[in-house]
Amino acid sequence: MSTIAIAQPRRLPGVPGVWVFVGADLMFFGLFFISFMYERSKDVALFERSRHALDIDFGGINTLILLTSSWFVVMALQAARRDRLQHAATLLAMAIGCGITFGVLKVIEYSGKLSAGISMLTNDFYMFYFILTGIHFGHVIGGTVVLMILFNKTRGGDYGSHNMVGLESGATYWHMVDLLWIFLFPLLYLVR
Amino acid sequence: MLATWASTWWLSKDAFSARTATVLIMAIAAFKVRLVLLHFMELAHAPLLPRAIFEAWVVVVVTAAILAVYLGVFTA
Repeated sequence: MSTIAIAQPRRLPGVPGVWVFVGADLMFFGLFFISFMYERSKDVALFERSRHALDIDFGGINTLILLTSSWFVVMALQAARRDRLQHAATLLAMAIGCGITFGVLKVIEYSGKLSAGISMLTNDFYMFYFILTGIHFGHVIGGTVVLMILFNKTRGGDYGSHNMVGLESGATYWHMVDLLWIFLFPLLYLVR
Repeated sequence: MLATWASTWWLSKDAFSARTATVLIMAIAAFKVRLVLLHFMELAHAPLLPRAIFEAWVVVVVTAAILAVYLGVFTA
């Protein structure tokens, strides 16, 4: 007897609302990215000079941290779908650790800039740098709080193969935060 | 993912002209963003309309960003 593969219907993970939010946020950031590149084209020398004061290592390591955290979240959801809730919770905790580490590195990076006398008022490049990374940082903080809530509820057994919507919604938001930084890092730190 | 991260880091060094490097860096970033969208965010298994919208976002933003680099050359 032959087996017939049943195709899974196409679906968006999580509640639809989170995708509306992701879409709106991406529009907002997309406009910001484009306006940055446009302003940059009007004074490449200034932007290039200013870019050199940025520490690419901070940016690169933060990219790795967020990518890794997203990977942990993906694995957490896979574990939750198999009702391995303890394992899922542990993976979420590791993602939270990544979020906190990102925050610590961000604070160190900003402190370095400020104590060197560089702020968002210094020039247009730094205005973009502080505002873009600052708004993104706000999203990272919010996302980390969301992960903490997901962690608690996963440990409490609220999620599992019977109920993945909350986990999927929070995960989608967190991946968006990662995605934004994947664009932001080359935009600010690498483009020359 | 790691390969793209390493390659964009290398591209920021001086092996290529600034313009070439910029375009390549943006293109690689777009590729990475698309990977996150499709595999982490599971858009590969999503209904085609939302998937098309987000894929279009990547194309539009990267194209506009790259165009802005070239436009700047003409308005300078």
